[in-house]
Amino acid sequence: MQPSPVRDLIVGLFVALGLAAIAYLSIQVGGVGYAGRGGLKLVAEFDQIGGLKPRAPVSVAGVTVGQVRKIELDDQLRARVTLEVDKSLALPTDSSAAIHTEGLLGDQYVALEPGGADDLLKDGDEIEFTESALSVERLIGKFVHNSGIEPDAEKTGKTAKAGKSPADEQAEEE
Amino acid sequence: MNALADGEARVRLEDVYLSVRERAIFHGLSCRFPRGKISVILGGSGAGKSTLLRMIGGLARPQRGVVAVAGVEVSRLPERELYEVRHRIGMLFQHGALLDSMSVFDNVALPLREHTDLTAKDIASEVERRLAAVGLAGTGAMFPRELSGGMLRRAALARAIVADPEIVLCDEPFSGLDPINVRRIEKLFTTLNRQLGLTLLITSHHIPSSLRMADQIVFLIDGTAISGSPKDLRHHADERVAGFFAAELDADAAGDDA
Amino acid sequence: MNAIQDLGLRTVNLVVHLGRLTAFVVQIAQNAVRPPWRVQRFVDEIYDVGVLSLAIVCLSGATVGAVLGLQGYVTLSRFGAETSLGAVVGLSLVRELGPVLTALLVTGRAGSAMAAEIASMVVTEQLDGLRMMSVDPVDFVVKPKALAMLTAMPMLNALFIVFALFGGYLVGVTLLGVDGGSYISSMENAIDFENDVAGTLLKSVIFGALVGMIATYRGYTSAPTSAGVSAATTGTVVTGSVSILLFDYVITALWGVS
Repeated sequence: MQPSPVRDLIVGLFVALGLAAIAYLSIQVGGVGYAGRGGLKLVAEFDQIGGLKPRAPVSVAGVTVGQVRKIELDDQLRARVTLEVDKSLALPTDSSAAIHTEGLLGDQYVALEPGGADDLLKDGDEIEFTESALSVERLIGKFVHNSGIEPDAEKTGKTAKAGKSPADEQAEEE
Repeated sequence: MNALADGEARVRLEDVYLSVRERAIFHGLSCRFPRGKISVILGGSGAGKSTLLRMIGGLARPQRGVVAVAGVEVSRLPERELYEVRHRIGMLFQHGALLDSMSVFDNVALPLREHTDLTAKDIASEVERRLAAVGLAGTGAMFPRELSGGMLRRAALARAIVADPEIVLCDEPFSGLDPINVRRIEKLFTTLNRQLGLTLLITSHHIPSSLRMADQIVFLIDGTAISGSPKDLRHHADERVAGFFAAELDADAAGDDA
Repeated sequence: MNAIQDLGLRTVNLVVHLGRLTAFVVQIAQNAVRPPWRVQRFVDEIYDVGVLSLAIVCLSGATVGAVLGLQGYVTLSRFGAETSLGAVVGLSLVRELGPVLTALLVTGRAGSAMAAEIASMVVTEQLDGLRMMSVDPVDFVVKPKALAMLTAMPMLNALFIVFALFGGYLVGVTLLGVDGGSYISSMENAIDFENDVAGTLLKSVIFGALVGMIATYRGYTSAPTSAGVSAATTGTVVTGSVSILLFDYVITALWGVS
């Protein structure tokens, strides 16, 4: 074949572009690079994680500081969630973790609430105070019980569910 | 022509049977092509001239019989081993069969690049020498589609001989060419034969040129071959052979006059 | 009775072709792992497959992304979940539309051209010409083409997806007023490397291998006639497209939808 430097250059550009696109999809969109950064790994156990998924954001005061790395079931059938956050983050040992929802129908994330202790959490430590994901259904059940309406008929429960959703939201925010 | 000693024959076919889709092309074909001679294979269309060359090159395989090229029986050889034998063969296809995605230079250089350790400089000078030998000096940068029929044929010939084969198979080198180009290519063949001692096998139905340059003529008819010197065949006892020459010569004379 | 015979014959033919295709692929694979590497030919094929398909792939990608953005927005806004637009567009592209549409486009654009080129080399005896020069056409012609298809497909797929994400962004964010930050973050949170991006790359590599081998096989085994060339071209597009869709289902089922 006739050696054609221009053509070779174009092919080189194409390959560079293609590899850049693959890298963008893998690292930025797929989040593969995060694993290698070696952030601070923390573990938290929850009774109920709802719809939390790996790669969900972890935030402190609304600022994203890391990601959920791994979710597994432990011996006592509780959800064991591994978080990876910024190395420089100074979290007291009595900090707490809670699973919140972005808006009403949005994705779930882990919110960390710093405590007041002097010691800081180290890599691999467990966050002891956790607050499970809110289950809307369970909330409604509680609400129905507490307000004195006995669950004599399932129908009433359903009506309450449909009618009181703003209250649920309020409860969630508290 | 006398019976040839076995060692003299560079290509030998013995009792070859070949049929394609139940149509018999060869049944009991036997012929020999002597070393360092020009043999012209004649025959009507469909007589199997091209198939004969393809068989010698290992591109077609007979159902039965022996095809020996330079002492090697090729008709049963696996493809890989055929490549060894083909180093001794150059083939000029009817339409040149040059790779149309490559320039003439790259086409001619291909056998050298594939099979020798020559430097780029040596290859370039060798290719130029061959192109000059076929009268195509300076056309290396052109592409096959930019060449005329005669130039194409000559470029293909340059490619066929660039790796110094002993045997050159030429499939219909004169078809579709004007008389001037026929003469020119004919002259190339005789020069190659005399200077390099190449064994040439040429299929043709161009009788005048065949008579001029052939040392031996192999006439294919009814799946077998009748061989002999041009003079022998022209006045052959078999009417079909003598008739073929007469008819073609008449037609050619009429054509040349016109 | 005739219909049944016909069906039987077709089935046998299919199995025969599968067997030959397997042998052909083994031949390519053997040639791929030993020198000569034919880097220049490979680069030239990447140009034909990749660079020349770039425009159509990027344009189609942007258009598909824009449509997805529009459709997704209309549906999601009924539930007040426009912020998840990025996730909807991204997931459907990365998991299915990207690899499948890219492969179909490349089959039509480059696969058919590849088959036609090889088939016309069969007609003009260029492949036989190579064989006579002791050059294996599978190594010289087929290998660089098949490998180029295999290499270019994941890149084209990734470019298709990136352009489609951009197209979706353009419509969703710029035109329809979805928050740009939530488009990106919902996309990045929903798409995951192990389940989605690795899957799309695997799919496109498999599709690349599939198209490369079907196109070269159809071309290589085509009949040496004009009809053979057109049959090889059409056959590549039909067989290629159907096998892409079939394999897409199989891979998705095996990979597991999570």
